[in-house]
Amino acid sequence: MSGPQIPGLALRNPVIIAAGCGGTGRELAAYSPLDALGAFTTRTITLNPRPGGPAPRVVETPSGLVHSTGCPNPGLEGFLATELPPLVQAGARVVVSVAAASVQEYAELVRRLGRAPGIAAVEVNLSAPDAAAHGLFDVREPFHMTSVLTAVLRELPAGIPVLAKLRPDVLRVVEAARTAVESGAVAVVVGGPQPAALPDGRAAGLSGPAVRPLALRCVTEVRAALPSLPVIGAGGIGTAADARDFLRAGATAVQVGTALLHDPTAAARLVAELASDDAALAGTAPAEPSPPVRPSRPVQINTDPSQEQPR
Amino acid sequence: MSPVHATGELLASRKVGAYHHLSVVARGVAEEFRPGTFVAVTVGTPGTSATLAPRPLWIHRVRPVGGHGLALQLVLEVRGAGTRWLAEQPVGARLAVTGPLGRPFALPKEPVACVLVGEGYSAAPLFPLAERLRERGCPVTLLLGAPDESRLLSALEARRSARAVTVVTRDGSVGQRGEIADAVTEVLRRAEAAVVYAAGPEPMLHAVAAAAEAHGAWSQCAVEQPLACATGLCHGCPVPVVGEDGVARTVRACVDGPVFRGDRVRWTELVR
Repeated sequence: MSGPQIPGLALRNPVIIAAGCGGTGRELAAYSPLDALGAFTTRTITLNPRPGGPAPRVVETPSGLVHSTGCPNPGLEGFLATELPPLVQAGARVVVSVAAASVQEYAELVRRLGRAPGIAAVEVNLSAPDAAAHGLFDVREPFHMTSVLTAVLRELPAGIPVLAKLRPDVLRVVEAARTAVESGAVAVVVGGPQPAALPDGRAAGLSGPAVRPLALRCVTEVRAALPSLPVIGAGGIGTAADARDFLRAGATAVQVGTALLHDPTAAARLVAELASDDAALAGTAPAEPSPPVRPSRPVQINTDPSQEQPR
Repeated sequence: MSPVHATGELLASRKVGAYHHLSVVARGVAEEFRPGTFVAVTVGTPGTSATLAPRPLWIHRVRPVGGHGLALQLVLEVRGAGTRWLAEQPVGARLAVTGPLGRPFALPKEPVACVLVGEGYSAAPLFPLAERLRERGCPVTLLLGAPDESRLLSALEARRSARAVTVVTRDGSVGQRGEIADAVTEVLRRAEAAVVYAAGPEPMLHAVAAAAEAHGAWSQCAVEQPLACATGLCHGCPVPVVGEDGVARTVRACVDGPVFRGDRVRWTELVR
């Protein structure tokens, strides 16, 4: 592994804020300078504004949080008008998380999103564990993922790389990762919330240290099967030791989420601790961002990094 | 106002009635305090705790403590494992404190009559608010409620903070027997209130906001919601409101509140 290198996305360091855990960015900036992070993933943006689900949305459970927020967001227009510009001005590498109710809606969303300046990457949220409950496209089978990613890649300008956030299903994660890369994603986000339920039975996701070993297993499986596919690990990462476990397992970068909710300085601390760590430091972002890669056909899985050239 | 996340020290911890009063010094937090803001305290040992959500606590007072600078006095009611852990911490314990958080009570520009309504431990931020209002020349009336005497916060001190004090308890152990909702209209009328400040459970806030509107007074309500992060990151504490533009939307209790104009909250949709 040569550090946080994802084709078309020059990360400053391997610490990325996970979708839905950084507020609008303004709240996090009080505790962690956004321009010091590897990247900032926005909350999941949909075409139209969403008020989100009813309370309680987040419930504590031992070593985890169970959440069913229903993706509250101001919709694409609201996001572009009020949330994206401050993020760009703050110097964040902005990864926009997106979800939609249908393939057509995905296409329209990214077509309009792609015209906005300052977007470093798009993360397609294929793993929302409460998607069906909130009327979003519920990706359960590889063909669902192919249809979403194909539509997204067709509509998004070539300069913006696409990350696929996969369902953290240990037994099927390799299948999902292979589908994602064959559909044109440059990297996969593996781990994240496990399907769970709130005490009242509503579909929800379970995050936090409770899911970390499962997430690590997902990273290990994908890495072993698809060694040249950049993998971003997520799930219960809160300390430098946790992050190192994921990086040693072959993750290119890690996403931090739940840790921020009880210590909003966790990401800044992680960046500082990993910077002093030779293993993580070997290969920080190149001074010149590498040109974006947009494959016109499925990516060839190749272990030789010299083959990863822009076409 | 910019919140900080700091390691604080527990200077004192004592049980007062049914509540615990914690005195905590945390660099940079107390200096920025305004009535209505709160802090979030991490429960358990950071990094190893099974308890992930910090506990939001009202700031009751900010006082200089010799050799420590400004200390925060926080009020908590033991309701579960997290608050029990906090109540059992020994003096000298290190606590991770984030704050001050949220939007404070807005103060009137003119010296107008104000009624402050609080129930249980939620009345905590009303005492420093009363001090600020008196500094501005506002006549202050307090209406305090509780299920019983042990859950009535600082009733003695209330008499020093306000021109008039009305106390109601559900069991009648002190003051009038009954609910705040039964007494509020009469208190507003007697005080000739122009502004009403309220902190407590939602049904009480709803009743106070409605009484204020009927009386023709502005109301400011501190809404308490279960908070997962308390810092605005997780969008886990929805409050349905009507914006200045008249459009219904859902905002966050922790950063867009906790203080809202009573006539802006869609109370009937606020489900706990």
